[in-house]
Amino acid sequence: MVEGIDGSGKTTQLSLLAKWLTASGRRVFVTEWNSSALVKAATKAGKKQNALTPMTFSLLHATDFADRLLYKIVPPLKAGMIVLADRYAYTAFARDVARGVDRQWVRDLYSFAVKPDLSVYFRVPIDVSLDRLLARRVKLKFYEAGLDMGWSANATESFRIFQSKVLDEYDRIVDEYGLSVIDASRSITEQQRHLRDLAGALLETPQP
Amino acid sequence: MNAPDPAERGAHGGVTPGHFFGHGLPYVSINDYPGKIIAIEGTDGVGRTTQIRLLREWLEVRGYGVVETGWTRSPLMAPTIELAKSSNTLNKLTFVLLYACDFADRLEKEIIPALKAGFIVLADRYIYTAIARAGVRGVDSQWIRRLYGFAIAPHLVFYLKIDADALARRVLQEGGMSYWESGMDMKSGDDIYDSFRTYQRSLLKEYAAMSDEFGFRLLEGRKSINAIQEELRRQVGEFLEGEDAAAVVRT
Repeated sequence: MVEGIDGSGKTTQLSLLAKWLTASGRRVFVTEWNSSALVKAATKAGKKQNALTPMTFSLLHATDFADRLLYKIVPPLKAGMIVLADRYAYTAFARDVARGVDRQWVRDLYSFAVKPDLSVYFRVPIDVSLDRLLARRVKLKFYEAGLDMGWSANATESFRIFQSKVLDEYDRIVDEYGLSVIDASRSITEQQRHLRDLAGALLETPQP
Repeated sequence: MNAPDPAERGAHGGVTPGHFFGHGLPYVSINDYPGKIIAIEGTDGVGRTTQIRLLREWLEVRGYGVVETGWTRSPLMAPTIELAKSSNTLNKLTFVLLYACDFADRLEKEIIPALKAGFIVLADRYIYTAIARAGVRGVDSQWIRRLYGFAIAPHLVFYLKIDADALARRVLQEGGMSYWESGMDMKSGDDIYDSFRTYQRSLLKEYAAMSDEFGFRLLEGRKSINAIQEELRRQVGEFLEGEDAAAVVRT
């Protein structure tokens, strides 16, 4: 399970890890945040009309997660596969709280989640993540930039404010849940080596 | 299932009406909003909607502004919930969470603004419906109560009480049993009548268990529409007189 803000490079790292695991003969299943068909319509409609409040935003993501847990996460686990999750409940803990949802409430909400065997957080300064996103010419999206909060009308500025709150929450989460931290400002290869060390150590440990 | 601890109890079990039950919406301030929430609870087909229509009429004649809110009627979620119900992919958690999202949308967009403007909000079902349905499906009772911590405790909760047999007859007279009202998703059998009775019986048990916890005012659902309405108006009238008198003292 990997976590990090937009532009932290975690998706790149996860797909490289998947390559390595597959090449070494492991069966791998990848699941992404907010990708279930069930809530897609509502999320899309809500986003289009900018009608989502921090609370409905949070609950829609939790619904998506519950759906994926049942259909996409638990069955591969039961089949003995390795599930690689691009973002997990910690994303909700960080983003929803940054939007003003109660910290304890969102933790209670996700108490149905399966605890990951390995949780890795890609820590990156905001400027680095912004540079990466803008270099890819990613247009900062309304909710990802936190524009729904009305902190700033400027997308880049709003992104900066929102993501700095998100980063603060992640720091708290790292301590609270013991996430492994990878320095995401280092080179892709260095990060991947670190990630493979972590995953390798876990997989070599005999499972009960 | 665990009994909820007293600190988490609702309406008259510790939480002041008009305040949040628990955690959830720190970014919304609802202090001293003049509006009131009156919730009418009861299982499907018990006659809630008729009672609300009559009560609204009466309140408006007496000069109160009234806003109605009903379960799964938010513009955001209603289409998704309908779609999910028809496609049969819901599990107990997504079922519960979609309803919670619908409720959150109505709470922030309809209920809170109405309270702020001094309306009486008549809620056709409230969070108790969600808690009862979740309970029947085996969802953890603590979890669901914490989930709805972002809800506002109503000022009055009326519960239209009826037994499963009387309810079955009434529902059959009025057009028949639906898949969801019969709890067919719980797959207790193919016979819709048996399933309806089993499901509604367990629902009624859940409501009964909440009665003390949340301070339900019981109304006998087998009485005539007029008799129920009369009792409803008497109790609502009494409550509003008390509130109006208190408001005069404050000003």
